[in-house]
Amino acid sequence: MSNERIVGTAVPRKEGRDKVTGKARYVDDMTLPGMLYGATVRSQVPRGRIRTISYRPEIAWNEFVIVTGKDIPGKNCVALIEDDQPCLTSEFVNHPEEPILLLAHPDRHLLRKAVEAVTIEYDALPAIYTIEESERCAEIIWRTDNVFKTYLIEKGDVDEVWAKADYIVEGEYRTGAQEQLYIENNGMIAAYDAEQGITVWGSLQCPYYVHKALMALCSLPAEKVRVVQMETGGAFGGKEDYPSMIAGHAALLAMKSGKPVKIVYDRMEDMAVTTKRHPSRTRQRTAVSKDGKILGGEIDFTIDGGAYATLSSVVLSRGAIHAGGPYFWPSVRIRAKAVATNAPPHGAFRGFGAPQSLFAMERHMDRIAKVVGLSPLEIRRRNFLKPGQTTTTEQIIREPIDLDQLLNHALEASEYHVKKKQFAAHNQFGTTKKGIGIAAFLHGAGFTGSGERYLNSVVGVEGCADGSVRILVSSTEFGQGTNTVLSQIAAEALGLRYEDVSLAQPDTTQVPNSGPTVASRTVMVVGKLVQSAARGLQQTLAARSLLGDNYSADEFRAACRSYVAAHGELRSWAQYEAPPGIFWDDKKYRGEAYAAYAWAVYVAEVSVDLTTYSVAVNDFVALQEVGRVLHPVLAVGQIAGGVAQAIGFALFEKVVWQKGRMQNGQMTNYIMPTSSDLPPIRVLFEEMGNVHGAYGAKGIGELPMDGPAPAIVNAVEDALGMRFDFIPLLPEDIFEAISARSCENESALPSAVK
Amino acid sequence: MTTSTHRGFRSEISLTVNGQRETVMAFPMERLLDVLRQQLGLTGAKEGCGEGECGSCSVLMNGALVNSCLVPVLQAKGASIVTIEGIAAGPQLSALQEAFLECNGAQCGICTPGMILAASHLLSKKSIPTLAEIQEGLSGNLCRCTGYVQIFNAVAKAALCGEATKTS
Repeated sequence: MSNERIVGTAVPRKEGRDKVTGKARYVDDMTLPGMLYGATVRSQVPRGRIRTISYRPEIAWNEFVIVTGKDIPGKNCVALIEDDQPCLTSEFVNHPEEPILLLAHPDRHLLRKAVEAVTIEYDALPAIYTIEESERCAEIIWRTDNVFKTYLIEKGDVDEVWAKADYIVEGEYRTGAQEQLYIENNGMIAAYDAEQGITVWGSLQCPYYVHKALMALCSLPAEKVRVVQMETGGAFGGKEDYPSMIAGHAALLAMKSGKPVKIVYDRMEDMAVTTKRHPSRTRQRTAVSKDGKILGGEIDFTIDGGAYATLSSVVLSRGAIHAGGPYFWPSVRIRAKAVATNAPPHGAFRGFGAPQSLFAMERHMDRIAKVVGLSPLEIRRRNFLKPGQTTTTEQIIREPIDLDQLLNHALEASEYHVKKKQFAAHNQFGTTKKGIGIAAFLHGAGFTGSGERYLNSVVGVEGCADGSVRILVSSTEFGQGTNTVLSQIAAEALGLRYEDVSLAQPDTTQVPNSGPTVASRTVMVVGKLVQSAARGLQQTLAARSLLGDNYSADEFRAACRSYVAAHGELRSWAQYEAPPGIFWDDKKYRGEAYAAYAWAVYVAEVSVDLTTYSVAVNDFVALQEVGRVLHPVLAVGQIAGGVAQAIGFALFEKVVWQKGRMQNGQMTNYIMPTSSDLPPIRVLFEEMGNVHGAYGAKGIGELPMDGPAPAIVNAVEDALGMRFDFIPLLPEDIFEAISARSCENESALPSAVK
Repeated sequence: MTTSTHRGFRSEISLTVNGQRETVMAFPMERLLDVLRQQLGLTGAKEGCGEGECGSCSVLMNGALVNSCLVPVLQAKGASIVTIEGIAAGPQLSALQEAFLECNGAQCGICTPGMILAASHLLSKKSIPTLAEIQEGLSGNLCRCTGYVQIFNAVAKAALCGEATKTS
């Protein structure tokens, strides 16, 4: 094993002490002198043209700061990829939560009444709400065809395989929207000064996304926009793009009023207006040989992007690349499409398209198993990707991965075979039916294809005057452990103690752009850069003969102090370089989609109560290969937390839509798992091989979102002998299906008698 | 959701917070949460939902665990309140805080103050709770990061530590 001292050990969370004492400062904990509170007036109609805006007289409007689209100094958009989403719409409304104007006042309690006292009249336009309505082009609501993006992945000649197939297995699978439900709502504070420009402090994942959006909106140069991340109370992708909108709103109010402005959403507003996981529909048509080998297939993956393009193209890309699961496809054609509807834009949420397409793949594998007459285990074994084979994008698997072994170990840990027998006996009697299900899957770490090359991330490591080391990255901490793990990496690389290293607060005037904190890229990609920047620091000190070959932590600190005293600032930078020998073709969507994949087999055990039709998950085994585990306790925390969210995705969390609006935007009626709803989540790691990530680590954060939903629904099918191809799967759905089955049986009876 | 505080008149309300007597001027229906955060500068209690579902505003009121977003300050008149800021004895963390730190019971940290108060309330009633009792005792406090497993570990560990100090 390795001789590392800090990497791989359970050091205490860097900011943990502040969090357990209540000292950690989140945006709503901050108040600035003279600060106003801001609120947003939104459209109430799904689609239309604004006719008039009037202000009812019961409010003392002269006390309020009012901002409309006309007050925007720069471009009226939330700059991201397409720049199609207005920051404040002034003419056309495309979803029912669209911001139209902003109000600010020193007394936040007056704002609610004022928002209600703005009357907006519209010429209503017909709206569309589903993937099918969008596809039919019943109305054209986005550019010429309602389509944000399409991808085509083609491998081999899939048209040839149908004639050779012993079985052709088809299925359609759907997943619903899911709210990230970070416990800290979105919020921003902005302050403006003609000299210094705009500063925003907020709850966010990607400081440089906000920075870019504010430059465009406020028409300010880079040096006059400052973005500071406050402690962030959960994000899960939900604070990737929407913070740019809120920061823009706070900035516009601050510019107009000349005072600092705080906008913190309450729960209902946050749930109603911010992004959610894209609803999806996947159609699978697979050619299979009689011995259960996949010969080829077609996969149509479609997601509902809501009213604007935002991140849909990127979510679609990841979903499409993961759609084939961890299996070898001799030939495949994957068509992926993101379409527009008149709902608030859907966005990033842990897994980013992969949980949707992998739900379909892993449900479909169970269906194929049934058709061929093999067990769910055997059908997977016969099709698992092996080193040397290629993925659907023709990426050669170079990692020494052994999925069979992962499956075996997961089966052992869950006592799968014993349970299978027990449940078969148990299910003959009584009103509780038990089942066990599995899912095998993979998750690519880092940006897709050429994404990391475009990002071109920069990382700095600084030797400070007191001899300690500070990491300069725009990577943010929101619970995952960024601060802790990057500190471990730097301490390890420099031969320092964990306590000698800290992270600078993400502030665009202090830290370089090391890319967004998304896509399970922080440890693998940014961590690797931290490692090399740290080495650079050591080399600088050695070159000045301040440091010998074998030095102690105290000697390093002394060398640092001497350097800074003599020469001033001591900083070392590292910039992303693509690993050698990789290629990616953006046009054909072919090649090395990800620098590394994490692999997993999850096993879920459920019981279905036939009196209440509720499903309980009784046991859960999550076994994965994520390369080197850099922090054993934090890694378990990431996986267990992801599994819990995915159990919610599968069984509890239903967004109820009506005309593009979320109807259940409260914690009382949008149900996430509580401490009483979850099984023991048993997290196991296998380390199979080394990759080029920091100390052999691969991405970990999103992986656990992919597998639980299909494993659970597969287990429900095992318990009831009934197929469910959608999530969330609620008691009423099971009730309906069972009722329908009883009716069928009854009506089938007379003909059977005949 | 914000309760309108512009009803009635502000009046003097005295209460004890973390052992210290405080007098505030507040509307009778003003939320205890807002008084703690805005008037007393105790921002450890957080607003997650504003309707008593998430528990991130949990504090102890006369030893009972309450959602401070649902408590009108008038109801807290004369009461003794404990917030997260009153849990540690100076720089020394409590056994629960230490255990949360060690077991990764705090990830993003936003639910942590409420969770620690709920756990502290649970341990005050039952010094060594079973896993089921821990699950039940914390079920009014939502956490979106951890899947609760490491929170359970932290509470179990603190229970054992607390017990060890008592017996030694």
